[in-house]
Amino acid sequence: MGRIQLEKVTKSFGEVNVIPPLDLEINDGEFVVFVGPSGCGKSTLLRLIAGLEDVTSGKIEIDGTNATELAPAQRGLAMVFQSYALYPHMSVRKNIAFPMKMAKVPQDEQKRRIDAAAKALNLTDYLDRRPGQLSGGQRQRVAIGRAIVREPQAFLFDEPLSNLDAALRVGMRLEIMELHERLATTMIYVTHDQVEAMTMADKIVVLRAGHIEQVGSPLELYHNPRNEFVAGFIGSPKMNLLKGDTARQHGAATVGVRPEHIAVSTTEGLWQGKVNVAEHLGSDTFLHVNDHGLGSEPLTVRVDGELPVKHGDTIFMTPDTSKMHRFDDEGLRL
Amino acid sequence: MARAVTNRRKAIVTVAAWLIAIAIFFPIFWIVVLSFKTEGNAIKDPLEVLTSAWTFDSYATVQERSNYFRHFWNSVILSVGSTVLGLIIAVPAAWAMAFVPGKRTKDVLMWMLSTKMLPPVGVLVPIYLIFRDLGLLDSRIGLVIVLTLINLPIIVWMLYTYFREIPGEILEAARMDGATLRDEIIHVLTPMAVPGIASTLLLNIILAWNEAFWTLNLTAAKAAPLTAFIASYSSPEGLFYAKLSAASTMAIAPILIMGWFSQKQLVRGLTFGAVK
Repeated sequence: MGRIQLEKVTKSFGEVNVIPPLDLEINDGEFVVFVGPSGCGKSTLLRLIAGLEDVTSGKIEIDGTNATELAPAQRGLAMVFQSYALYPHMSVRKNIAFPMKMAKVPQDEQKRRIDAAAKALNLTDYLDRRPGQLSGGQRQRVAIGRAIVREPQAFLFDEPLSNLDAALRVGMRLEIMELHERLATTMIYVTHDQVEAMTMADKIVVLRAGHIEQVGSPLELYHNPRNEFVAGFIGSPKMNLLKGDTARQHGAATVGVRPEHIAVSTTEGLWQGKVNVAEHLGSDTFLHVNDHGLGSEPLTVRVDGELPVKHGDTIFMTPDTSKMHRFDDEGLRL
Repeated sequence: MARAVTNRRKAIVTVAAWLIAIAIFFPIFWIVVLSFKTEGNAIKDPLEVLTSAWTFDSYATVQERSNYFRHFWNSVILSVGSTVLGLIIAVPAAWAMAFVPGKRTKDVLMWMLSTKMLPPVGVLVPIYLIFRDLGLLDSRIGLVIVLTLINLPIIVWMLYTYFREIPGEILEAARMDGATLRDEIIHVLTPMAVPGIASTLLLNIILAWNEAFWTLNLTAAKAAPLTAFIASYSSPEGLFYAKLSAASTMAIAPILIMGWFSQKQLVRGLTFGAVK
């Protein structure tokens, strides 16, 4: 079915090498998330798989057949774009029907699939509207509907939720996850939002400057980041990375402690510092602590929402050394 | 209103705008007036012209002396033919330049536009000779080709501007959905660009309709459009103002009417992309 394999794939735009030789295996039915800061090549990688960009060298195999030279439509993949990319001059029905029209699917089969997709995506009442008359969330659903009816080997999502407001984003996130459960089709999802990556993925691929920094399940990356970059990128709020004496005490060039792995007390502890900002989320509070003598960066600490702390308070912090991450000079995990 | 505009200022601007508009429109108005006068009255002082008797004589004479409808029909064939042919060539060209630009695309566009800066008379002799050798002189097909080539840079430029406004992701979506290049242009790009294509079409029909240099120089009788029809009433001596005016009125009326009905589309098309 939807097994995708990249072998030594590279991509250059003129002189600029965007993707250095890269190998990746995506198994059938997996929900894979490409995550990384902007400009890390995650969208380019997705477009290479889609066939919207040609690889400079290397091989892309889809389902055991060499797809490197195949046109996008022949790869059996469906894509959902960040801008939705709906056809503005066609009704929702025609938008969803378009890939089937191109594939010359018989009319009654087209109708059956459109109705099924519309029902699943709550679009039945909107089939005769134009995309311009729909809300952002509805447009995104039409884009997904257009992808579903093709019954693809794999779905490709290019930052599909970044144009939606926060509440809708959470809702659509769940919908996409449910869709994955129901269809059990391979999905590749590109995002710069590590929360989306953590919550949705079976497997996360962390990218930086075209390089794969680490591949693994969300919890694997959380517990065992291979290097400093992954450690800092996965997890919210970000992991505290400390250098200098503190690190040397633990026999490393850098140590990392997650904000949730630091115990806070108002009376005693290993480190002392002054609260600069307290972000109260209700259930939790994130403290940004200065004057801790451990480096120039403020420390981030997660505490219970009930703890009464405010700007200017002095607090004591004790890291959980068993959950500390140690990295060498090159940023690699020790 | 963001800015305070006094009534006095408003009045001055309004009057000035009307004066300029009337000054620009006056020659056309005067042609129409003269066309309803006798040759004798047409050359009198303006006030006397206005007060003199109105008559259809000039129209009758013009109708008698030449075949208006043959010229009209030629004008239609040349303007519509050259515009349609131009669009068929320009749509794929503009697609390529807008969506798969190369390093030199901008240069090619500039070069195309620069051909419009060349005085046409500079290439009259070679084109005339080519037409003579190919037997295209005074033929509609020959003129359609020449008018197409003349207006092609403008058609490509206009379409290029409109196409650039269309997000590339939509075309990529079509490609993912299995559309061939042909499907992509026919089912997605063209329908989305309809407003732009329509105003390009209208503007080029007008340009081709009014084109006088090539239509006068490359035709004699058979393929001559309305421009030649007008020119035939101008003469170095004798009285011809009224007849010339009648011929001009008849020649510009169709395009004026078309322009009147499509002005909304034209303005929308010409300002398209200027404001987002």
